[in-house]
Amino acid sequence: MIIISNLCKRFGPKEVLRGINLKIYDGESLVILGPSGCGKSVLLKHIIGLLKPDEGQVLIDGEDITKFDQKRLDALRMRMGMLFQSAALFDSLTVEENIAFGLRKHTNLSDLAIHHIVSEKLEMVGLPGANHLMPSELSGGMRKRVGLARAIAMEPEIILYDEPTTGLDPIMTCAIDELHLSLKERLGVTSIVVTHDLNSAYRIGDRLALHYGGRIVAIGTKDEIINSPDPLVQQFIRGEAKGPMTLL
Amino acid sequence: MILLDLIRDFVLLFGSLAILFLQSIYWTIHGLRTGRLGWKNLMDQMSRIGVDSFPMVAITGFSTGAVLVVQIGYQFAQLGAQRYVGGVVSMAMARELAPILTGIVVAGRIGSSIAAELGTMKITEQIDALETMATNPVDELVVPRFWGCTIMLVVLTIFTNVIGMIGGSIVAVNQIGLTMTTFVDSILQNLKIQDLMGGLFKAMVFGALIGVIGCYKGFTTEGGAEGVGKSTTGAVVLAIMFILAVNYFLTVGINNFNTAYLS
Ligand SMILES: Nc1ncnc2c1ncn2[C@@H]1O[C@H](COP(=O)(O)OP(=O)(O)OP(=O)(O)O)[C@@H](O)[C@H]1O
Ligand SMILES: [Mg+2]
Repeated sequence: MIIISNLCKRFGPKEVLRGINLKIYDGESLVILGPSGCGKSVLLKHIIGLLKPDEGQVLIDGEDITKFDQKRLDALRMRMGMLFQSAALFDSLTVEENIAFGLRKHTNLSDLAIHHIVSEKLEMVGLPGANHLMPSELSGGMRKRVGLARAIAMEPEIILYDEPTTGLDPIMTCAIDELHLSLKERLGVTSIVVTHDLNSAYRIGDRLALHYGGRIVAIGTKDEIINSPDPLVQQFIRGEAKGPMTLL
Repeated sequence: MILLDLIRDFVLLFGSLAILFLQSIYWTIHGLRTGRLGWKNLMDQMSRIGVDSFPMVAITGFSTGAVLVVQIGYQFAQLGAQRYVGGVVSMAMARELAPILTGIVVAGRIGSSIAAELGTMKITEQIDALETMATNPVDELVVPRFWGCTIMLVVLTIFTNVIGMIGGSIVAVNQIGLTMTTFVDSILQNLKIQDLMGGLFKAMVFGALIGVIGCYKGFTTEGGAEGVGKSTTGAVVLAIMFILAVNYFLTVGINNFNTAYLS
């Protein structure tokens, strides 16, 4: 279980997180919604220890990872995968080398076994045969999917997705959502998904959380969110420009 | 106040560079002990550094050797000291000019490209991605570049010496009217092994400086493409300044060492 309590983070004078409280249960998919620039990516980076909070804790299985030293953080990261908003592919490596990176580094699998895993993951994200392309030869959506394949290559228990389906067509979005659901069913993956795509959020989220103004202002199942009386929630899911939610 | 700020910035910079240097050493030892040192990465860096710098290093070495012989050759010929030309020129090259000039050329060519490459990785979150895959960026990125620069600067300095002497000998024979034997004998009689070794030791230190400074500038890149540009030029300027400053202390140190132990 992941428990985030009172997480605060500022960059210079700018307060980005002002006391985030969240619980993510094992095997659950939690979707985080929120306006652009509210700090969703910053929140994900705290959960995998890339950023240190000014205040507050991130407890994973009862241990505060913000206090971890490098060794324990690395051990934890072996169990986690992250898809970056920008995909963050290593642009000097091929698609295959990108996906194989963790396997080469941390396992003793043979080259052939690694090649099989890479091809299998590429097939799962709908890019069979892309092994030898360079990231610069890929479209935005293809990069995203290679990033996804890299994030799931080591079969992590916890996956953080930063906008996995942004830039994908509706059919591919649906296919990626199904991949997400099957990973969850097959491997019991716990996941936190940041997305702006409400259809996708409803399909994959066990619960949805609305992040606004540096806090989690609402959290609940799809039905609870859709029927929420909170005007912030209603404005956000209807996508209305007028309302209590002001753009930054 | 401005002076204080400058001093503080310099101390911080010096400290950060020292830390990055120590981390590279730590990860090298760690890699050797666990047998997981990235040899292939190191080889890739070495060949890249060598191939990219070789043309410029060759031109620099050749022209420096040739010019030195012109400058020194006529003067010495007037004094009837032709048989010292090769010795003096090779000593100047080996002790001072080859390591310094090679260092400056490689700082411009490789220091900048390391800063640009790592800077781009930084701003496109590739370094964050490395960390999420339980990989230390110093181990993965700095160690091969640090050793690549250190080793290749020594190799390239040897090239500069050799090419410089070839350039010098061509001028000596065709312009000054020395015979090849006079020139070569003069080198063999006057150039001592410690002149060469001292110069190569300098090259090694310069290489380490270029590697650490390039990586440091890359890692501390902020902002978009403009930030990468700043880091790139910053790396070159800083590396050349460090090379020139450190060279003085190295020269004094090597001279003291030679007089104490070798004479
Ligand atoms: N390293 C940083 N230094 C300074 N400010 C930062 C840094 N990272 C993020 N920020 C600021 O934090 C705020 C939140 O950024 P973040 O990327 O988390 O937004 P987001 O919610 O993911 O937005 P989007 O939906 O557009 O991806 C932004 O205003 C950004 O300027
Ligand atoms: Mg974001």
